Amino acid sequence: MASAVAISEGPLILGNKTPGIVTTDICSSLERTPAPSWWIAIAFSGSMLLLGLVAVAYQIATGIGTWGLNNTVGWAFDITNFVFWVGIGHAGTLISAVLFLFRQKWRTSVNRAAEAMTIFAVICAGLFPLIHMGRPWLAHWMAPYPNTRGSLWINFRSPLVWDFFAISTYFTISFVFWYVGLIPDMATLRDRLKAGWRKRVAGFFSLGWNGSFRTWLHYETVYLLLAGLATPLVLSVHTIVSWDFATSVIPGWHTTILPPYFVAGAIFSGMSMVLSLMLIARKTMRLEDYITTRHVGAMCKILIATGGMVAIAYLTEFVTALYSNNQYEQFAFMNRAMGPLCWSYWIMVGCNVLSPQLLWFKAVRSNMAVVFVVTIFINIGMWFERFVIIVTSLHRDYLPSNWTGYAPTWIEIATLVGSFGLFLTLFLLFCRFVPVIAMAEVKGVLSHGKKPH
Amino acid sequence: MARYGMVIDLKRCYGCYACSMACKVANHTPPNVFWSRVLKGESGTFPNVVRQALPVLCFHCEDPGCVKVCPTKATYANDDGVVVIDKEVCVGCKYCMMGCPYGARYTVPEWKSYFPEGLPLSELEQFQKEAWEEKSGCGVATKCDFCTERREDGKEPSCVTACPADARIFGDLDNPDSEASQRIKRDRGFVLKPEQGTKPKVYYLPPR
Repeated sequence: MASAVAISEGPLILGNKTPGIVTTDICSSLERTPAPSWWIAIAFSGSMLLLGLVAVAYQIATGIGTWGLNNTVGWAFDITNFVFWVGIGHAGTLISAVLFLFRQKWRTSVNRAAEAMTIFAVICAGLFPLIHMGRPWLAHWMAPYPNTRGSLWINFRSPLVWDFFAISTYFTISFVFWYVGLIPDMATLRDRLKAGWRKRVAGFFSLGWNGSFRTWLHYETVYLLLAGLATPLVLSVHTIVSWDFATSVIPGWHTTILPPYFVAGAIFSGMSMVLSLMLIARKTMRLEDYITTRHVGAMCKILIATGGMVAIAYLTEFVTALYSNNQYEQFAFMNRAMGPLCWSYWIMVGCNVLSPQLLWFKAVRSNMAVVFVVTIFINIGMWFERFVIIVTSLHRDYLPSNWTGYAPTWIEIATLVGSFGLFLTLFLLFCRFVPVIAMAEVKGVLSHGKKPH
Repeated sequence: MARYGMVIDLKRCYGCYACSMACKVANHTPPNVFWSRVLKGESGTFPNVVRQALPVLCFHCEDPGCVKVCPTKATYANDDGVVVIDKEVCVGCKYCMMGCPYGARYTVPEWKSYFPEGLPLSELEQFQKEAWEEKSGCGVATKCDFCTERREDGKEPSCVTACPADARIFGDLDNPDSEASQRIKRDRGFVLKPEQGTKPKVYYLPPR
């Protein structure tokens, strides 16, 4: 007979902390003057953002001829960046909603930052479909509202319209979820801060929180309901983004595997970005007691699982193409692996399939420097995955006379750099003004005062 | 209502590019934009080698992929079956270009002259620029519309008129007595990529 063996993984939060110490630890970094490293970081990210703004302003003023696009490769960096950022924005809802419903207590140390990252990534993602248009000032025409443009209503059959709804819904729910989770911590800040504008702002956003049993009951109910509402969105957003490609006729796009493949890839890339940022925050904000090797290990295991799904998807695509006996599909996949842009395919495979295999080893999962390097590789690999799907499929379409190459211009590269600048600037501001760790939730998983079994 | 289509006889076409030129003249398309173009390919093994010209344009499909994906309904099929673009409604997302398996659509980010930058525009070029901006515009999708203006004047599309080999026949595919319908039926007309399910209305007659 097999016997159940209980494996104790030790406390989630180290240092036998009391709730009071948690509050002090997390709030103190918000209350003191920022360290020079924070100023250096924000100056750097702000410069990247400025570069991106200049590039976008120039592009809108001059036209999309400033990009390296042509009639065959009509989408490239723009949509690659869009899909990349939507993917990055995926882990937040997974950690906050799905892991909450599955009662994974380790999420409490990372959910706040992951949700914030989601919101910032979706903002970055939303910019690209707008600026890639030939007439970006008419982007609001994608929204359904009564108008006098001739056709009164938008085309609901267009996957771009589905995208508009998927992403705006995802953004709204993620934002509300993040904000509702923030309310008890905002009240803590309100009570700690000295009188001034920051206290008034914290007071406004804490919505009169009084910490009573009744308030907590309402809060917990709303949080659970929002988690239930947000869970389907984890699957829906990237499924719908994949439909932009899957419902099209281009070889390499027109395939039913794209939705599950995109969702797994999005969780993979999002989780790796959360890990990259949390490892930096852990080191610079001295959060070693809150983000322990156990948290990092759990996220690494998710990376192994989702990385495995992505690897299977890469393989399945090839098998499907070969088995289909469709010469266009077969050519598209052979061209990915051996065509003129094959370097991007092998970067993708190296970063997304090979590098996560290191995480099988516990020694690697416990070494923060190596984990950080692996997550950076995965971030690079996942950007290239989207580049491979979009550009290598387009540059060799049905008509050989259309075949062409693609090289980005400095405007496109600067726009990508600018989107990273926007993301990092928002994240640094978040670290400065909002508790990076959900204090109220962490207090619920402290081992202080609990007798060991 | 008519259902316009075209028949291209590959036996007659010898790839002179007169259709491409006529299209450029009629529609004032800027450099690198060919609403009507001619592809050339070789097949067979020596000594039985054939060089074949294949003129292509927008096929004005009955179930067009471009119309399905347009988010703002800027592109649509007219009552006469001709697929057109309302340049005022197009936002320039280029999704229609992804939806067309024939590569028939073009976007022009900004109007360019055929001559090197910096030279003053001639009177003709100024006219071409204005005509392009009036009919098609920059930053939006553009393509062949079977020469709407010429058809309004009772003329055939310019590529049909210009073809010196009489390889192109334009007509109503709903009328069983039209020459186009008759030739498709008699000479076993076929379409390109029927497996895409777009049901093109430009038919080809076999080269031999």
